[in-house]
Amino acid sequence: MSTDVIRPRLTALEATWVIARRDFIAVLFSRAFLFFLIGPLFPVLIGGLAGSIGGQVQRDAVSIEIGLALSAEENAAMITAGNALRPQLHGLVPELHVVKEAMGEQNFDARAFLDQRRGNYAAILTGTLAAPQLVGTEGQIARWSGPIELIAATASGAAPARFPQASSQVVATSAASDRTNRIRTAQAAQMVLFLLTMLLGGMVLSNLAEEKGNKIIEILAAALPMDAVFMGKLFAMLGVSFVGIAVWGTVGWGFWAIAEDAIVTVTQTNFRDLPGPAVGWPLFLALGIAYFTMAYLLLGSLFLTIGAMASSVREVQTMSMPVTMLQLMVFFLSAANIGQTGTPLELTSVVFPLSSPFAMLARAALEETLWTHALALLWQGVAVILLVKGGSLLFRKRVMKSGGAGRVKKPWFGRRAVPLAEPAE
Amino acid sequence: MAVSDHTASGNLGTGFSAVPHDARPLAIEARGLVKSFDGTRAVDGVDISVPEGAIYGILGPNGAGKTTTLRMLLGIIDPDEGIRRVFGHDRPHDIGRLIGYLPEERGLYPAMKCIEAIAFMGALRGLPLKEGRLRAAELLERHGLGYAANRQIRQLSKGMAQTVQLLGTLVHRPRLVVLDEPFSGLDAINQGKLEVMIRALAEDGVTVIFSTHVIHHAERLCEGVAIIAGGRVPYAGSVEAARDRIPAQVRLETRAREGAWLTALPTETKRNGDFFQFPLPATGIEPLLRQLIEGEAGILSLSIERAGLHDAFVAIAGEAAARQLDADNQGGRA
Repeated sequence: MSTDVIRPRLTALEATWVIARRDFIAVLFSRAFLFFLIGPLFPVLIGGLAGSIGGQVQRDAVSIEIGLALSAEENAAMITAGNALRPQLHGLVPELHVVKEAMGEQNFDARAFLDQRRGNYAAILTGTLAAPQLVGTEGQIARWSGPIELIAATASGAAPARFPQASSQVVATSAASDRTNRIRTAQAAQMVLFLLTMLLGGMVLSNLAEEKGNKIIEILAAALPMDAVFMGKLFAMLGVSFVGIAVWGTVGWGFWAIAEDAIVTVTQTNFRDLPGPAVGWPLFLALGIAYFTMAYLLLGSLFLTIGAMASSVREVQTMSMPVTMLQLMVFFLSAANIGQTGTPLELTSVVFPLSSPFAMLARAALEETLWTHALALLWQGVAVILLVKGGSLLFRKRVMKSGGAGRVKKPWFGRRAVPLAEPAE
Repeated sequence: MAVSDHTASGNLGTGFSAVPHDARPLAIEARGLVKSFDGTRAVDGVDISVPEGAIYGILGPNGAGKTTTLRMLLGIIDPDEGIRRVFGHDRPHDIGRLIGYLPEERGLYPAMKCIEAIAFMGALRGLPLKEGRLRAAELLERHGLGYAANRQIRQLSKGMAQTVQLLGTLVHRPRLVVLDEPFSGLDAINQGKLEVMIRALAEDGVTVIFSTHVIHHAERLCEGVAIIAGGRVPYAGSVEAARDRIPAQVRLETRAREGAWLTALPTETKRNGDFFQFPLPATGIEPLLRQLIEGEAGILSLSIERAGLHDAFVAIAGEAAARQLDADNQGGRA
């Protein structure tokens, strides 16, 4: 037999690629991947729908209607004035509706009408435009008397029909408030990074379970160095995660493009208003991707090792909770020190490999210094290699025992036959 | 002291061969391999030498240390002590493309198609996927599984899946094939096919080393054998030499029941009616025959039976090991 087309010995990179390609394709073309993709969209979709419905209900419930019980001409003048003022005053101008029950009624009793809880009026305007009288609860009168007076004045021609356009000049924020604002960006970025690693990192925990269950692990271990197997699995899941993020990001972007106003209303947050990070958005995004990669590889290598030690799926499930706690602790360590650059605790979170990506991303939002990121990424890369090497070593020592190996064999040693003399050859 | 037919030379490269007077280079050489798990010695000073192109068996009962030994030879685990070399390399992964390995616990990705599974196993050994697929199709066709090339592994019978895995072990055309208990789980027909396949590999110059607890497989196939029990190798050498360690048994039937000729029989002779059974004397059968004829014993029949590997195993590894081996075989058949 010849080995003609066999390439020279697989390099670590090639070995990693062989494993990563298999795992990536296997995950991507599995039915479960579809659920993986749409899984995180469910809460967003349901949250959006619930928020939208809730908002609509709330808007309906609190829509303000002021009843008009003036003469027909004055009612019409009030409505016209209200419509004229609404573009300038937005929510300050209530909906004005003519109280039908009052039309043609000389002795219309607005107080009795409201006491009977008829109609959907916050208050009712009676009297004349010259002497308007607002009937309602104390709170409603306090709230609406001003706008109603303004509308009545406009309706009676006492106010200018046209409003001058006010010019505006935006003043730049101060340095102190700039940093305070950037902390919001740092917090938001850390939260996104944490959510993504928590959502996606857990997958790695049970990654070797398939190989162990299928007994294929021994074939992999015989053919390739175990650290290449570990690395391949990590990169495969990282690739899967990027596919997921790309899909969710695209859906999110599309959702934003369609319903930006609704999102801002529901979340009470305008993401466009997030202050720009110190290093600028493009570099910040690039660093975000780099730190996500590192956070994923660091936590993933740890999870892979822990998961590889498990002998059953049940054990993997049991370990999920402490692993989640570990993630939370790492996150809290870095989140608690945002904005405290240089303090011992902040430096600890920067140096400790598992929290380093989170802490450094926050720094990218707050500090303009770039060399620290190069150093941090290098250190995190070294930590990944060390964790993978350690994990694979542990795996080989603890897991790759043969069926009979490690058992007490005293009976065997006790009964071993006395060897024969040297062979007669 | 462990008996081995290799010389006690400190130089691994010379004077360390399983087959005497063999000038072939060694595919595998291991010396003093020790491996402990949780304080228990699973393998305790194993010495093995396998020349290139040989079929070599590691024979022992379950739990004797066969799999641990193979795993150390393949670099899946490292020995605590001792030296292992595969084609002269200390690190078997460095020459992984020359090795094919079929583990005892068979396993494939259930969702993979047969052709992809074989190509993937080749890719693990450095064979490009495209070439792997071509070879996989060819191998499947040759072994009567061409129709199942695009079936998922989970759709195959156990025997078919085992064949697919074996083809995956061979797809990159290795120079050394290591098979851990390859016959277990196979029916008689497939065991026969596997024997044919192993012989064909050896004819192509491929070194085949396999572990087994079934003596007749080793006896039929192997040129050399290592007998392993309790983590130690009391014998490593040729099958012929192992059998020669037990003297051939002489079975004699005579017409006369008494006579002076009886004193000519060896002291170890066992009598059963008209039959006598004793080991072949070191001086050969001719002097004894002469005495029997002169003493008018009236020889009715005489046969000399050479010892089998099982007898050798009993003598070398001990009754207890042999009993367990027999029990493993019974269990395997069950």
